[in-house]
Amino acid sequence: MTIAMRPSPLSAIVPICLLLGWEVATRTGTLDPRIFSQPTAIVAAIAEAARDGSLIQATRETLEAAVVGLVLGFVFGVALGILLGLRTGLEVAARPTTEMLRSIPAIAFTPLALLLLGFGLSMEVAIVAYACCWPIFIATLTAVRNIDPRLLEIASVLEMSPQRRLRTIIAPAVFARVVVGLRTAIAFALVVAVTVEILSNPRGLGYALIVAQQTFRPDLMYALIVWLAILGAIFGGLSKLLDYTRIGRLA
Amino acid sequence: MRVAMMLVFTALMLALWHLAVRFELVNRTFVADPADAIAVIIRQIGSGALFESILATIARMASGWLLASLLGILIGAGIGSSRLAQQVFMPTLEALRPLPASAVIPVAILLLGLNDTMSIVVIAFGSLWPALLATIHGFQSVPRQLREVGTMLEMSRLRYFFTISLPSALVDIIPGLRIGLALSLILTVVTEMQASLRGVGYDIFMAQRLYRSADLYAGLIVIGMIGFFINQLLLISERRLLPWTTRRVH
Repeated sequence: MTIAMRPSPLSAIVPICLLLGWEVATRTGTLDPRIFSQPTAIVAAIAEAARDGSLIQATRETLEAAVVGLVLGFVFGVALGILLGLRTGLEVAARPTTEMLRSIPAIAFTPLALLLLGFGLSMEVAIVAYACCWPIFIATLTAVRNIDPRLLEIASVLEMSPQRRLRTIIAPAVFARVVVGLRTAIAFALVVAVTVEILSNPRGLGYALIVAQQTFRPDLMYALIVWLAILGAIFGGLSKLLDYTRIGRLA
Repeated sequence: MRVAMMLVFTALMLALWHLAVRFELVNRTFVADPADAIAVIIRQIGSGALFESILATIARMASGWLLASLLGILIGAGIGSSRLAQQVFMPTLEALRPLPASAVIPVAILLLGLNDTMSIVVIAFGSLWPALLATIHGFQSVPRQLREVGTMLEMSRLRYFFTISLPSALVDIIPGLRIGLALSLILTVVTEMQASLRGVGYDIFMAQRLYRSADLYAGLIVIGMIGFFINQLLLISERRLLPWTTRRVH
């Protein structure tokens, strides 16, 4: 869903009024600066965090978990999608199991992942992978089931090896749809990683955010939120890029 | 036949899981026996604890989601039907949208404390976006012919809204509300864990703290069932509410 917008000078009104109002209200004491901080203080906080390296360190930790989790979720989702897509009987039989697992929000697994893997990168990666594998699984499954059965019959007649079948028939047929699933998964990866960090995992931007709140550093807290919005926009941009460069040419 | 296959496969998975625990292929402290997890659920049904938790979770989720849906549709209808409003507000909304919803939890805690209001505000904030953006899109894309019908019949604004633009936009709004509900369940679980609020998410969290793995798996099964039934309910109501549309892919 894209909402077409031409840039207009009117667009600047809302953010300028909000920022000015915020600055003035906190300076005059209408809003409590210990809770709301100030736009100028927030800019100073983000600059300081960038200079002392803590922002880069936290960003690296969060992105590490998001990207590794996304890759693992992708591999697992595609593999499961192809397996169940080719074996229709198995897919029907497994449906209550997959539907049940799919209905559990990935974040609800945080305590379990903590119990099994302890704090650190691996538990975060596991949860991100779990969240990311489902949209990719569904996309792959749908794509494989839409392959013209005659193509698979030809493969049987030619006695193609499974590897060859995968390369020449399945991969080209599912590519476009899998990319669509991947776009959804990219959007999940960052959000899930940050949420796990906020909830329990002592690393990354989410943890920095909760620490800033608990140590009464609202300036740093809002600075991190702004930074997360920028990262989120970059992730969103990446997934749009996939859309235009790949789907357009291949679909 | 299909049902029999499903039952056999599900039973097989549960049996494998059960045997893996029985023969100690996995550590019992971490992986509970499914039979124990089910026993926990049955015990909690008996004591009424399960019902209480589910009710608390669903009430919280529904309040946040309803608030978000109402606000989303109202604001979205306003912005979506006016070019000027779109130029003024859209870039700000687009800039806020990529923010992970859970990132506002610390702000909400700071402003409101660790309580139900905080939880509902976070849930509403998170599920507002799909509702809002879908509504804006829906009102933007009212077909030109329909708009002309409204002008021709000299409809009042209110009449135009209820007979033309809203029904047309519903095609986009309802899927947006469905995405919002899925998000609101996630945020309910997150805020319950973060703020120790009674509910299924908190039960899962406490089970881990007390190393009661059977309770933990029981909680996961319960939350999965809530998610499953809510999604089914919405898919059914989507088909009922929008019989005139062919399904569109988003």
